[in-house]
Amino acid sequence: MIPARFVYRRAGTAEEALSLLAEHGDDAKVIAGGHSLLPLMKLRLSVPEFLVDIGRVPDLSYIRGEDDHIAIGALTRYHDLEHSDLLAEELPLLANASGKVGDPQVRHRGTIGGSIAHGDSASDVPAVVLALDGVLVVSGPSGVREIPSGEFFRGPFETALEPDELLTEIRLPRPASPAWSFQKLTSRAIDWAIVAVVVQGESVALVNMGSTPLRATAVERALADGAAIPDAAAQAAEGTSPFADRNAGPDYRRHLARVLTRRALEEAATRAG
Amino acid sequence: MTITVNGEKTSHEVEDRTLLVHHLRDVVGLTATNIGCDTSTCGSCTVLVNGESVKSCTVLAAQVDGDEVETLEGLAGDGGEMDAVQNAFQQKHALQCGFCTPGMVMAATSLLRENPDPTEEQVRMALKGNLCRCTGYHNIVQAILSAAEGIR
Repeated sequence: MIPARFVYRRAGTAEEALSLLAEHGDDAKVIAGGHSLLPLMKLRLSVPEFLVDIGRVPDLSYIRGEDDHIAIGALTRYHDLEHSDLLAEELPLLANASGKVGDPQVRHRGTIGGSIAHGDSASDVPAVVLALDGVLVVSGPSGVREIPSGEFFRGPFETALEPDELLTEIRLPRPASPAWSFQKLTSRAIDWAIVAVVVQGESVALVNMGSTPLRATAVERALADGAAIPDAAAQAAEGTSPFADRNAGPDYRRHLARVLTRRALEEAATRAG
Repeated sequence: MTITVNGEKTSHEVEDRTLLVHHLRDVVGLTATNIGCDTSTCGSCTVLVNGESVKSCTVLAAQVDGDEVETLEGLAGDGGEMDAVQNAFQQKHALQCGFCTPGMVMAATSLLRENPDPTEEQVRMALKGNLCRCTGYHNIVQAILSAAEGIR
């Protein structure tokens, strides 16, 4: 399968990418690794007329410890997140979830910023960012703005990014609690999650239980009220609207959300000692 | 665009939408890299870009302009003698129909460059992105472990 025709431009700098987007934003898509976008383009589910390749923009691949958060460049690849010493030490949840994305070939190409900007409800890392209350740093024609992750994911493949904006950095607060877990069920070894659950401290986020990554607010409230893990986990599907696809129907997804949330909370509690 | 394929510089004009796998097979003329599922699932199209394994059916040729690409054809020595991984695949009978083999060998090459002393579990995890329809994984895993031993 070959994508429909488009015009390809490689941006040498972030400024160049922004000026190409200012000109073509409505008809353009940004590409980095391409592992989210190209499969959709091959199926003609996405038909951009213009592609802006930011894969070589310098200085957008980094993992840095700042005062109260960890800053990650948008072009940082899953492979680098998976093998980062800093993340292993300070944010093992993200290293672990990154190592469960796709397969080694996909992790060599896929970027954290690409996954977040793409806004697929089946992606793992957006739910991690949501559970951590991360902040997305975005550059646009009028400068830089910071978007809380809770306001970023708006619908299927729809985010708060404007067509002329570029996601440049992901800021993740250093977690206060050593309790974390990432639980994911797939139908084949390298498939997307049917459902996945992210736990960090008393934050719980769900993958593929609606059209965006979701916080399991009912579970979080129950935990805050002192509920036992099985009782809190039983509420994991509250307020969700899971869909049906070739892997699972809504009822099975609700069941999975409850089972995986219980496992995740138990594993997190074990880690916290 | 200009890419270095198996150590040789090649320059061609490519259409913007050309995928790397088509460029390698149809323009450069190297057909060991196979097209299997064409949806970045099966791994038959695995090649190395700047030393790292990628699925060449999900990379635009234009994206690797300026990069180093390695395909199965680049592994054998000048006299045609097989490299350690290829040799181990032959010795351990790590192929059945052979269609997935080039991708398996390239995935194994990428793994062993990064981790020359993998456990069996690590070898199996490294093959997650490579499907064998003959379901012959056992010998493939044995071959990679044996190649690792040989290389060390």
